[in-house]
Amino acid sequence: MTKTDKRAHEPLIHITKRNQIPWWKSWMIRAAAIILALVVGAIFVMLMTGYNPLQVYSAMLDGNFKSSRKFWMLLQNTSILLCISLAVTPAFKMRFWNTGAEGQVLVGALASAAMMFYVGDRLNNAVLIIVMLIASIAAGVIWAVLPAYFKAKWNTNETLFTLMMNYVAMQLVGFAIMIWVPSGSNVMGVINSKTESGWLPNVFGQKYLINILIVVAVTVLMFIYLRYSKHGYEIAVVGESENTAKYIGINVKRVIIRTMVLSGAVCGLAGFLLVSGTHHTVSKNIVGGMGFTAIMVSWLAKFNPILMVLTSGLIIFLQQGAGEIATQLALNESISDILTGIILFFIIGCEFFVHYKMNFRAKHGKD
Amino acid sequence: MKKFISILLACVMVFALAACTQTGTPTEDKDTSAAKTEEKNTAEETGISKDFKIGFIFLHDENSTYDNNFMQAANAVKEELKLSDDQVIFKTNIGEDNSCYEAAADLADDGCKIVFADSFGHESYMIQAAKEFPEVQFCHATGTSAHVEKLDNFHNAFASIYEGRYLAGIAAGMKLNEMIADSKITADQAVIGYIGAFDYAEVVSGMTSFFLGARSVCESATMKVTYTNSWFDIALEKEAALKLISSGCVLISQHADSEGAPKACEEKNVPNVAYNISTISMGPNTALISSKIDWAPYFRLIIDAVTNKEAIPTDWCGGIEEGSVVLTELNDKVAAEGTQAKIDEAKKAMLDGTLKVFDTSKFTVDGATLTEYLADVDGDFTGETNVIADGFFNESGDGFRSAPYFDIKYIDGISEM
Repeated sequence: MTKTDKRAHEPLIHITKRNQIPWWKSWMIRAAAIILALVVGAIFVMLMTGYNPLQVYSAMLDGNFKSSRKFWMLLQNTSILLCISLAVTPAFKMRFWNTGAEGQVLVGALASAAMMFYVGDRLNNAVLIIVMLIASIAAGVIWAVLPAYFKAKWNTNETLFTLMMNYVAMQLVGFAIMIWVPSGSNVMGVINSKTESGWLPNVFGQKYLINILIVVAVTVLMFIYLRYSKHGYEIAVVGESENTAKYIGINVKRVIIRTMVLSGAVCGLAGFLLVSGTHHTVSKNIVGGMGFTAIMVSWLAKFNPILMVLTSGLIIFLQQGAGEIATQLALNESISDILTGIILFFIIGCEFFVHYKMNFRAKHGKD
Repeated sequence: MKKFISILLACVMVFALAACTQTGTPTEDKDTSAAKTEEKNTAEETGISKDFKIGFIFLHDENSTYDNNFMQAANAVKEELKLSDDQVIFKTNIGEDNSCYEAAADLADDGCKIVFADSFGHESYMIQAAKEFPEVQFCHATGTSAHVEKLDNFHNAFASIYEGRYLAGIAAGMKLNEMIADSKITADQAVIGYIGAFDYAEVVSGMTSFFLGARSVCESATMKVTYTNSWFDIALEKEAALKLISSGCVLISQHADSEGAPKACEEKNVPNVAYNISTISMGPNTALISSKIDWAPYFRLIIDAVTNKEAIPTDWCGGIEEGSVVLTELNDKVAAEGTQAKIDEAKKAMLDGTLKVFDTSKFTVDGATLTEYLADVDGDFTGETNVIADGFFNESGDGFRSAPYFDIKYIDGISEM
């Protein structure tokens, strides 16, 4: 009697947390999510534009692999996004919500540009590049440490603080350009275009190879730092529980500040790569929102630097594909933003199915 | 769980199949047949080879009136010369940074014979690409460096839009006269409000010519200027317009690319003179007229030059005669009586050379008439070239450069708010 009652109240679906899931199973769920996202995207494109979705997806592939130039762009843009993602990771692992990567990269870029502008003709190129690197890292560190110090000292809200620092950085760049280009529409133009001083050199004839190699090195170092060093362990403990950290004698304040120094330094490095190795100029939107995208890249990869290569690559792949869709099919770029949105929605959403199990009500014969 | 996934995958496959079969084949067929007829037409009528390609780089997309103006001209020329979709490539939302170089190089890789970019900040990246691809022609609107760089394949272009602004200014002045005659305002209250994007030569030249046009018919007119420090910002432009209106401006014009100001004017019922597009649909009761650069003559010129293997002018400035400077439809509902006749008269005088916009006898700076002015023609932020001769300021003159260099802030009658 009691048994049938229970059955009558059993919902169609109930959700339980999974304890352990084999790696292949979780990756199958993710693969299914991506395929499903592509299908939903295809249906959407068909309904909205009347284009053959295969045409749209082939344009997406073209945007990344059609020519060696596009492939290099994929690698280059991925490496910059990866660099910023690596920068935010230690702070996030510590549960310090650094939303200020955008500004930290931007001041890094500004510092490099300032060095190129002011001492570009006076220094030997190798010395100049080192000076720029140091200036960028220092600027990034200052922008990151300010909120960290306030957090450690007075427990201010780091999310708001770092976020607002972004706007300060933007206005600072606007201000600097106004001084450097006294009458203009706030556009800096290429710095040292004649002498190319302060530009990172081509390696093996490739413009972006040096950027890519630097970021590969940073990725490996960050992986080792987080996984195998004592600092990395301390970051993990502070992230899990500050009280535990205090109990086992970790100086939490010091860890917070130290980690943000690292975070800011890597952001500064990214700013340096943007100016010296990529654009050779600075503008308010030179970082282009990557400081925020990096947060998603880092989360999607579960703070694992090696996995971040994949997630940052995916985001850039989608972005470049989006541009190509707009060009080849004469569609507005918004359509590809929507596609990117659909794909990310499914990728993020599928984590639910990785962590939780859906239990359907078992079928029973009629009573 | 496994069952769930297998059902899901099955659905996916079904959808994918349906997607391929349904739309795949018919569209492709249509495409090829269309391409065939295009080819025929191209070969027979226009003499442009079918492997000719032109690539366009735009700062924003069609939502910006500035970029949309270029796109419309490009599409008009495409249709006129019967170019196929593959021959005209648009790249939108290309920033004023390395991505412009990459876009230009990518277009060159794709076989474009001409690459055109529309924004001032694209210039240095276009030059970089021009040096790398000497066989491709790089054309850049609003730039200032071609005559200094001296590359065979890098060219600047602009239009004598100050003439168009002057003519639009006449419509504004006529409207002010009407308001004075109707006793809506006194002669002293004929204050124009002007919203500029940035305070540099292109904007200053435009506002001054507009003001001179207005004052040529309404002598008591004065002007207040404010800047948004952005080319496209709907909220800022709207706010600037409202600010000007509340400080007593009775007519608004702008040099910025959004619909912010025209819409604010419609709300407040204040006449508005716009730029690049007709805003009559946004403000049927307030939009007066717009001056506009029509880029089609330039696009035709560069395509013809490349087809006939002729050189493209290093620095080209189109005028009223070439059809580069035009006015959009005058809104009869708003315009004062006799406006069209007055505009036509001035236009005729400009064409036969009797009317100069920057006639130094028509304006003063700090109470004095200008006899000499060193303008920054070579783009290094210091003036070096005297551009006043024969009693007028020779804006965008032959032998100087096409992009404006009239940067006098301000002639008497104009003040910054």
